[in-house]
Amino acid sequence: MAHAATIDSTHDEHAHGGHPPTSTGLDHKKIAIWAFIGSECMLFASLISTYLIYKGRSRVGPYPHEACLPPVCATALKPILNIPVTSASTFVLLMSSLAMVLALAAVETKDQPKHTFGERLLGNSKLWLFMTALLGTTFLGFQAFEFTSFVHEGLTIRTNLFGSSFFTLTGFHGAHVTAGVLWLLTLLAIDARRGLGPKDALNVDLAALYWHFVDVVWIAIFTLVYLIK
Amino acid sequence: MATTATAPVYTPVESYVGESGLWSWLTTVDHKRIGTLYLFTSLFFFIVGGLEAGLIRWQLAGPNKHVLSAEAYNQMFTMHGTTMIFLAIMPLSAAFFNYLIPLQIGARDVAFPRLNAFSYWVYLFGAIFMNASWFVGAAPNGGWFGYAPLTTMQFSPGLNIDFWVLGLQILGISSLAAAFNFITTIVNMRAPGMNLMRMPMFTWNAFVVQFLLILAFPVITIALVFLQFDRFFGTQFYEIAAGADPLLWQHLFWVFGHPEVYILILPAFGLTSEIIPAFSRKPIFGYPVMVYATMLIAFLGFGVWAHHMFAVGMGAIGDTVFGVTTLLIAIPTGVKIFNWIFTMWGGSIQFSTAMKFAIGLVGLFTIGGISGVMHASPPADLQQTDTYFIVAHFHYVLFGGSMMGIFGGLYFYYPKITGRLLSEKLGSWHFWLTFIGMNLTFFPMHYSGLLGMPRRIYTYEAGQGWETFNLISSIGTAILMVGTLIFLINFWRSFRTGAVAGNNPWGAGTLEWSIPSPPPEYNFARIPRVTSRYPMWDMRSHEHAELSHAQAEESGAHIEVATGRSARDLGIPMPNQTIKPLICAGAMVIMFSGLLFIHENNMPLALSVILGGALLMTLSLYAWVLTPLEDAH
Repeated sequence: MAHAATIDSTHDEHAHGGHPPTSTGLDHKKIAIWAFIGSECMLFASLISTYLIYKGRSRVGPYPHEACLPPVCATALKPILNIPVTSASTFVLLMSSLAMVLALAAVETKDQPKHTFGERLLGNSKLWLFMTALLGTTFLGFQAFEFTSFVHEGLTIRTNLFGSSFFTLTGFHGAHVTAGVLWLLTLLAIDARRGLGPKDALNVDLAALYWHFVDVVWIAIFTLVYLIK
Repeated sequence: MATTATAPVYTPVESYVGESGLWSWLTTVDHKRIGTLYLFTSLFFFIVGGLEAGLIRWQLAGPNKHVLSAEAYNQMFTMHGTTMIFLAIMPLSAAFFNYLIPLQIGARDVAFPRLNAFSYWVYLFGAIFMNASWFVGAAPNGGWFGYAPLTTMQFSPGLNIDFWVLGLQILGISSLAAAFNFITTIVNMRAPGMNLMRMPMFTWNAFVVQFLLILAFPVITIALVFLQFDRFFGTQFYEIAAGADPLLWQHLFWVFGHPEVYILILPAFGLTSEIIPAFSRKPIFGYPVMVYATMLIAFLGFGVWAHHMFAVGMGAIGDTVFGVTTLLIAIPTGVKIFNWIFTMWGGSIQFSTAMKFAIGLVGLFTIGGISGVMHASPPADLQQTDTYFIVAHFHYVLFGGSMMGIFGGLYFYYPKITGRLLSEKLGSWHFWLTFIGMNLTFFPMHYSGLLGMPRRIYTYEAGQGWETFNLISSIGTAILMVGTLIFLINFWRSFRTGAVAGNNPWGAGTLEWSIPSPPPEYNFARIPRVTSRYPMWDMRSHEHAELSHAQAEESGAHIEVATGRSARDLGIPMPNQTIKPLICAGAMVIMFSGLLFIHENNMPLALSVILGGALLMTLSLYAWVLTPLEDAH
């Protein structure tokens, strides 16, 4: 019986797409992205720790939360972090996660019939992928505005420890958002060309996991860098 | 051992299915071929690192020698350490990960074959990049630990540190990509029945190492990014005058650096845990305890980093905490030593070359471990730090531990990889010369260190009592080199003239021995069903009782005979060969090398190389990702 299976089993595997099922039942990519996210946690932990260690150690202004007055600074400098504007950009990024959830749901339910306008709206994966990318780009726009205004107020990456650690931390985060936007635009292009359906849900899910992770990192940055004085 | 004599005669050619030729190697996505590439490349760099060590020992053989200038000496010891750690031992381990993990868990390849090829090419190009520094006369010279602020622009203005900073980032990407791949492979591609507590010990050690890699490498990446930004863009992370913490680098580096020690030793522990049971004819003693000890070592490994920094004056609380955690980590390590001894206890021991190296590891690593425990005490460490005592300690751990384990693994698995056995006679010479040479080289360093000889000095004055010990160390190095030469001859000659191995020349118990040597491209014609930790041994008892083939199969294993049939014949889908991972890896290294021109203040050239590399990388990445792994079937 088992001897015959030697030959039969290879044919069975062939008939079923040729690969044995995975040990966990999950796709390989799903395991890998979680391992990747775990690794990224250590990357951002190192950046955030350095920022916190260097908090309050800068010898010259501008400072994040405190004014800098002569004689420490040549001219009086205001606290540099603009919390209302960054709150708005944080809101934008959080909303992009909502759009991402809707995009994934739309891809997963692509095959189901849509009757009402609401169902068609929610089921439009191109719209929600585009919205996610747009909101992500808007966040990057806020960041570009913030960086430019900081430079005009006299804070560059070379000015002091705050400038070095702030620009590197938020710059790394911005680079991750940029990579995420490119990923989303790639998915959008594929969706426009041949349409994404339930069989693509895994690939959209991977982008979504990455995107939500980048969002969560921003919540940590917003709290630790901007809100806590 | 009777198995070799009674086994049917195999011809290795019969089982080897696949094309040869340069192009087939450049485009390969087969984990066995990638493992072989790793093996040859890392052996090459092991020799390079050994020659660097030879020059170091030549310079230090007597007082006031002039083999090397002070500057050349700095480059030599920096590159010796960097090469041995990142270009020799880690990729030698990666060679075993690649070759063995799929075979041990009953899989046909790794989870992401193309990513696997990418990891190798990034490693190769990164290694070339790092060593290209020799040819522009600016090899890294800040030590393998690269302490900032010494390595900032102010104190290290040359290109030397730039090569090191960029090279390590490139190599880190290789290790990270490989680690994601192996984690996924082990989690997701185990054969039916192989639950986690049935995995072979090598796979367990490899699994734990991958977690160390993905958690430790991001930390040094960030430390290196800070240093690179300081050097290229004028940030102030390590600028003490601007208020920077002079210990920031050391903390970040050692948060990576201590787990790195376990990244280097655990694969060798894994190989030893395969060799000792095979040649003791006994299952590993206390399998679950070995597994938990490995995890505990990895876990505690993240909590001991500051014992590298007792001399910086952290204060009583910091010293105490890190002293205690360092003592704690000796417990799971000691458990492993005792488990190996108890595996041998009462076993039917066969002293093959692989076994000699494995026992060598148990003895020599213990010596290195004990001197390590001595450093756990801050007052003792203050006397020993930055002396040759430390050099003695970590060479007992890395040569006596990692390299002895890897050599043992090479003797053990060479027949699986090539289909032929290494010569035991030359192997015995290799072992004894290595064992004697290693002790002659490194044991006297305990004495020269306690007599106060500092590390990293390029020469010394006579009359301090160091001459004899240094001379003995240098003679030992020469013996080590002879031993290694014999190994290389053995490695080369056995490839054609070694005895034909057959599936299982050692009568070992794990799955990789159920398939022909060398394995066919698809590894397992039929994915095995696993019912125990040593399926081959469970089957053997049936075999002796002359049970039918069917009953033997039900016991959990199934010997596959070399048939010479290709995957296509058997209808097994295989991934397509592709050049894209190589192009992607090459483009990435070009992108990194463009950063060197920032240092030269040649911004147009820097930007065009960086952007050109980035563009090529992006295009090849898209071409890679958008092409399916295999043809539709």
